[in-house]
Amino acid sequence: MCANENNQNMRAEENGQIEEKKKKQPHSRWGWFLYGLRNGIPICMGYFAVSFALGIAARNAGMDAAQSFVMSLTMVASAGQFAAINLIASGAGVIEMITTSVIVNLRYFLMSCSLTQKLKADSGLQHRFLLAYCMTDEIFGLSVSVDGTLEPWYTYGITIVSVSGWCAGTVLGVLMGNILPVWASNALGVAMYGMFLAIIIPPAKKEHFIGGLVAVSMFASWLFTVLPGLKQISSGFRVIILTIVIAGVAAAVRPHDEEPEPERDEGCYRDHDDEEDESRKEDHDHEEDQDDEKVHHNRLAKGEDVQAASPASNMHTSTMRNGGDR
Amino acid sequence: MSGNVYAALLIMALTIYAIRLLPFLFIRKPIRNRWVKSFLYYVPYVTLAVMTFPAILTATDHAAAGAAALIVGLIVAWISEDLFAVAISCCVVVFLMGLIL
Repeated sequence: MCANENNQNMRAEENGQIEEKKKKQPHSRWGWFLYGLRNGIPICMGYFAVSFALGIAARNAGMDAAQSFVMSLTMVASAGQFAAINLIASGAGVIEMITTSVIVNLRYFLMSCSLTQKLKADSGLQHRFLLAYCMTDEIFGLSVSVDGTLEPWYTYGITIVSVSGWCAGTVLGVLMGNILPVWASNALGVAMYGMFLAIIIPPAKKEHFIGGLVAVSMFASWLFTVLPGLKQISSGFRVIILTIVIAGVAAAVRPHDEEPEPERDEGCYRDHDDEEDESRKEDHDHEEDQDDEKVHHNRLAKGEDVQAASPASNMHTSTMRNGGDR
Repeated sequence: MSGNVYAALLIMALTIYAIRLLPFLFIRKPIRNRWVKSFLYYVPYVTLAVMTFPAILTATDHAAAGAAALIVGLIVAWISEDLFAVAISCCVVVFLMGLIL
């Protein structure tokens, strides 16, 4: 129960730092919506650039502008749509489409799990259905970093602006891609991979185990494209097989106690499972010598100790901000 | 073919939406299983790594340009951590490589 109080103090601290940047948070639903529209602008710009490349990929796969627009509007998933384009281009079957979509987009499941903890207890079904549509890395990042409970209209505001950029970029990518010179479409063609690298490398820098995981994954993926028998496996199933095997083994070898994005929400989780918390504390005590920063991070997430966590709380908040700005 | 594309899009869009929706509808408590939590945590890294390499090598006309984009992307991601800085660096490298090759 003490952990509970500490956790609240810490939240107040973190929120204080967020306020420095955002100055004040709106009070009305309409105010939150407008605030969301404004904060969605940088995401919109980024989405436009990335989805332009997506449009080019869609065009190369033989999809037209209308199909690409429908895809971007209904999926709003960078890696997911990239996989979808490959699946359509390779004429994949229904089972492969579903399993690949599930695997590639599993992180949204985690984000949704996390964001449910930010909702008011009496949030209606309509908000749950709408918020589910809004779950992208960037929109989640902004939504989860608000003070206290989330006003869903904030997320809707961000989403309307962001998805507009996403869809416009996709359509223009398909249309303009046709008149773009080869060098330009080549250049934009790697934007998506650059984005993937930007998602996987920073955590790999902080956690060496993830770095190893990324290296092993890339190597295994390369093996699957050169070894005789494995070469026959389609790229969709290659992603599924390698993800299940490598992430599964990694989870068994090195169980991970904190979650990367929703750390702030770990506090909510702790409220419910004090028992498990005890066992984790022991685990973290062992790690303490090895990696100070990580332990601070864990403590922050777990609401263990305010004093120990406060230096890390700066770091944490800035991470959140970066996430939101993307 | 066109009908097939829309059918495929419908299937995948519904799948993706279901993934996002299910937690909102059913999961009111945290996941407690350590392995499941860890597995879900590692999934995005493995998936994106597998999707990035070696596909980045064939994303352009020259494998060398793709390789250069990969290396520069790794370096910029290591330093800046900014999504769009990394994406644009990769684009610029491929453009410059295109002038040379």
